[in-house]
Amino acid sequence: METSRDAHALAHQEPAAPKIRITGVSKAYGVNTVLKNVDLSLAENSFTCLLGPSGCGKSTLLSMIGGFARPSKGSVIVDGSVISEPSADRGVVFQEYGLFPWRTALDNVAFGPMLAGRSRVEQVATAQRYLAMVNLAGHENKYPSDLSGGMKQRVAIARALANEPSILLMDEPFGALDAQTREILQEELLRICEQKKMTVVFVTHSISESIFLADQIVVMATRPGGVKEVIDVGLPFPRDRASHEFVALEKRIKQSVREEVDKLGII
Amino acid sequence: MVPELPQATPVAEPTSTRDGIPGVYRAFSIALFVLLWHVISVANRDLVHFFDPILIPGPVEVYQAGIEFSKSGQLQRDIIATVYRVVAGFGLAALTGLLVGVAVATWRPLAVLFEPVIELLRSIPPLAFLPMMVLWFGIGEASKIAFIAYAAFFPMFITTLEGVKFVDPVLVRAAASLGAKPMHILRYVVLPAALPGIITGLRLALSLSFFVIVAAEFVAADSGLGFMINDARTFFLMPQMLLGAIVTGIIGFLFNELFRLLEARLFRWRKGGRT
Ligand SMILES: Nc1ncnc2c1ncn2[C@@H]1O[C@H](COP(=O)(O)OP(=O)(O)O)[C@@H](O)[C@H]1O
Ligand SMILES: [Mg+2]
Repeated sequence: METSRDAHALAHQEPAAPKIRITGVSKAYGVNTVLKNVDLSLAENSFTCLLGPSGCGKSTLLSMIGGFARPSKGSVIVDGSVISEPSADRGVVFQEYGLFPWRTALDNVAFGPMLAGRSRVEQVATAQRYLAMVNLAGHENKYPSDLSGGMKQRVAIARALANEPSILLMDEPFGALDAQTREILQEELLRICEQKKMTVVFVTHSISESIFLADQIVVMATRPGGVKEVIDVGLPFPRDRASHEFVALEKRIKQSVREEVDKLGII
Repeated sequence: MVPELPQATPVAEPTSTRDGIPGVYRAFSIALFVLLWHVISVANRDLVHFFDPILIPGPVEVYQAGIEFSKSGQLQRDIIATVYRVVAGFGLAALTGLLVGVAVATWRPLAVLFEPVIELLRSIPPLAFLPMMVLWFGIGEASKIAFIAYAAFFPMFITTLEGVKFVDPVLVRAAASLGAKPMHILRYVVLPAALPGIITGLRLALSLSFFVIVAAEFVAADSGLGFMINDARTFFLMPQMLLGAIVTGIIGFLFNELFRLLEARLFRWRKGGRT
């Protein structure tokens, strides 16, 4: 799996081969180049935030890692192979939840295990376990329309986790939630990530969210979209939003993002 | 008749509350209407003589006609004839509309081939083809069933097509990321998502079936409720005509209620809104 070339190329930054490697990826829709020449390496079990103003191509990059869209140039390599389609090993959580409205919370979470051919008993047991993990025990039989936004996103997270993926892709998962719910879910996500070893790619345009969560923050460039800089956060968990280091980093990243926003002109 | 089709997102009328009018008021409203009708017909016959009383029979006369016709067994015979044609034609339309709708929505070459033609045919009122169908299929059952099937195909096809086409792409992605292959996506995402639209299509198709069968039976039949109405016309038998109309309405209503029950069972998840 791990080729010597890979290992060599990354020897200076990562000891092991990266879990996800994005090499020379560009994406164009017609004449519109959305992403240009993106190179990124994400270490196994790392938590990466893609940060940038809207329209810079965060979702596009994430959906190429998900296998929903193909790069116009370059490739996305996961575990040493170029990916070409979605896989149950790469869980995805969407801002719009993406829950099946005709399935109960339990049956939404049981969906992956069902496709994997598990028995009904196993499906239910797995779904209950993961619903409990996101603090939704007791809400198994509710339909999505009976759940609040925060609860829906908990179900969506449980559903992605129920497949035990090695990669979790999240596209502004907490973007539609109120501030309190958002912070609670951030903390719970960190707790879950500690329990389950996963490589997480988390898209956000909230600087504070990215510093709170990430091992590394990828600040995206605009016009064309790409990687501007990669910042290792390096603060110990749990992180204190009011701490000196946190605030200083926030300020520095704000500046960096601001430059990209300014490139977009008047908003 | 080209029915008004619903929006791409199926109308989300909550089944239980209906229009929010309780059953008691409904019954009262209908009773009041029947009473008014009775008063008008009696007043016309005994007091005003505005119309020839033969032309305005009251509910009593219609009821008597009903008793008479069911005693002779003719009412039952006509009901069975009409319902049989509707069920057969509607069933055929539902099946083909569903299959063609799913196929056209999911496979682009079929869409290119068929959609324009179907659009074109859809804009011609089906009744315009009725005389032709009679020449093709004779005045037996075939012409009526084929005619209903033709007319009811369109709403079924269109609602299925829209339902399948406008499935939320996030749901499709979510399923794919959970390991769903294309057949899984069709079965577990596309069809359930399109189901409310499909049920709406079934209801539209059914009411259209009743609409056209009466007309078809005017033109080419020797049984059925449409025949009963048209036959009565020749002899100025107003109560019989109204009886035919009312019975057709009641049957249509009952079928529609059946679908409402079906919907209520199927869409327990559809409370206030969609996710
Ligand atoms: N399917 C598509 N077709 C055409 N343009 C697209 C498509 N998806 C995204 N884009 C364009 O790509 C740019 C980046 O979009 P996106 O990745 O969603 O940005 P972000 O998630 O950072 O807000 C936007 O300008 C958007 O209009
Ligand atoms: Mg986005």
